[in-house]
Amino acid sequence: MNLESKYPQLEKLETGITGFDLVSNGGLPKGRTTLVAGTAGSAKTVFAAQFLAEGIIKANEGGVFITFEESANDIRNNVLSMGWDITSWEAQGKWIFVDASPVPGEEAVVIGSYDLGALLARIERAIQKVNATRVSMDSLGAIFTQFADSATVRSELFRIASALKKMGVTAVMTAERTQEYGDIARYGVEEFVADNVVILRNVLEEEKRRRTLEILKFRGTSHKKGEFPFTIIPGEGIIIIPLSAIELKQKSSDIRITSGSPELDRMCGGGFFRDSIILVSGATGTGKTLMSTEFIAGGANNNERCLLFAFEESREQLFRNAIGWGIDFDRMEKEEKLKLVCEYPETASLEDHLIHMKMYIDEFKPNRVSVDSLSALERVSSFKGFREFVIGLTSFIKHKEVVGLFTSTTPTLLGGSSVTEAHISTITDSIILLRYVEMYGEMRRGLTVLKMRGSMHDKDIREFAIDGTGMHLGKPLRNVTGILSGNPQHITTGEIDRLNNLFKGE
Amino acid sequence: MNKYLLKLYIAGRSPRSERAIANLQRICDEQLGDQYEMMIIDVLERPELAENEKILATPTLIKQLPPPLRRIIGDLSDIEKVLIGLDLLP
Repeated sequence: MNLESKYPQLEKLETGITGFDLVSNGGLPKGRTTLVAGTAGSAKTVFAAQFLAEGIIKANEGGVFITFEESANDIRNNVLSMGWDITSWEAQGKWIFVDASPVPGEEAVVIGSYDLGALLARIERAIQKVNATRVSMDSLGAIFTQFADSATVRSELFRIASALKKMGVTAVMTAERTQEYGDIARYGVEEFVADNVVILRNVLEEEKRRRTLEILKFRGTSHKKGEFPFTIIPGEGIIIIPLSAIELKQKSSDIRITSGSPELDRMCGGGFFRDSIILVSGATGTGKTLMSTEFIAGGANNNERCLLFAFEESREQLFRNAIGWGIDFDRMEKEEKLKLVCEYPETASLEDHLIHMKMYIDEFKPNRVSVDSLSALERVSSFKGFREFVIGLTSFIKHKEVVGLFTSTTPTLLGGSSVTEAHISTITDSIILLRYVEMYGEMRRGLTVLKMRGSMHDKDIREFAIDGTGMHLGKPLRNVTGILSGNPQHITTGEIDRLNNLFKGE
Repeated sequence: MNKYLLKLYIAGRSPRSERAIANLQRICDEQLGDQYEMMIIDVLERPELAENEKILATPTLIKQLPPPLRRIIGDLSDIEKVLIGLDLLP
């Protein structure tokens, strides 16, 4: 599994920042200084503060926060929304500030040579005072603007970094970058804290901001490579979504559950598997919401808990739709078998949606989750971001051993596939296609089970009808070809006989 | 003449600290007669004083009195500039 684990590894300090310990293979290198570099607004200060806050909350470790830019009071106020009450930690002797921010209106004249001995003395005093194991310095760029002689500042910061190392504290130093992809940091600060570098990015991609974290290097120890998306949530702080760190180890069950439609269960060889992901793809109006509604009803009737995320229709619309098919969502909600979450995709970024959805799943503990529709979420994200979202959500659902049914709208009425399918089709266990079929000047609907992992299934394309009691599957559409490619062709009975007899001899 | 209150923050007895003390002593003797009070504070011994005064660099000279407050960083090697900084020269 882990190739490096055979050899001795540098000890690491678990940061407690959600997801970071996973992507860093256990945390920050212990007793060392890590440079956290990022452009303006890339959440450097939040990272620095969270590193200390998690230490206090989760490990009861004291922390020193050295601020060069904002005043201590500003930081106290700014992180309150994250749920971190610095003032009370200060009173408990868990957190201490070293306020090295410039004093407004008090400009110093420089005459002759100097060092930063006073700063170092203050840091050492603070570390002793709270018996600190964690130190954050935010941000180095500001001290270069306070002192013109950057050669002196650089060598003094190097002295501070080595003093921190000697005292055995694990430190985070933040530094500014001017470009998302370019030099590691301004003023060449990486030269003296080059052992470990973490980069925070806030990239503008197709008019949407996307935050990522990358561990560029950890000297002498391992970490996961590449950029990991993260988001900042009030009351929580930074949450890193470690997609490529997800392990493929979900269990697989052979217990069948109903799709909500006995006819569809028969087509699927006896129902869906209990911990599988089902994708329902079809053009607008083909019956995707109906399938998702029946799926929910099927679960609720078996006393399962169902969670429905709706991104296209409001609560009222969904209730009305369900009533139209003979399903009473209102009663299910009262019996606590159903929870309906309706949100516009535009209300949040995709990373935030993912976190919200995970929270709902953790809170409600459903047996079934339905997302209607997944493709609506495509609107608020870039191509890459969407793929990560889908992988993140499906793997989370599978880990919880919950069955998930996602719907996806195809852009064309006949045939076609959507971006959603391209991303998700290999992750899903079953794919059900709903298609319009034009027959003799009439639009009919066809359904087929394209894929059913681990089971036999009906390969027919069946016609289905929708009425006041839901979906009804009919006969296979035998005399039409080319439905899936969106180019239906009628063939006469004679032709069918000819095709059937074509391979008889073999 | 107003009485001068001068605080010099140093970090240990380094050559740079000694230089700053000597330069300040000379300026006081030559310019201020006995109208001054000089305090030398070693931040290694009294880091809390550096914390209260928000001192980063050493040596730092603070002219506490008479107002306005002035901060001068460095070993004070350019006497004329120090005099300007302390408002002793226009």
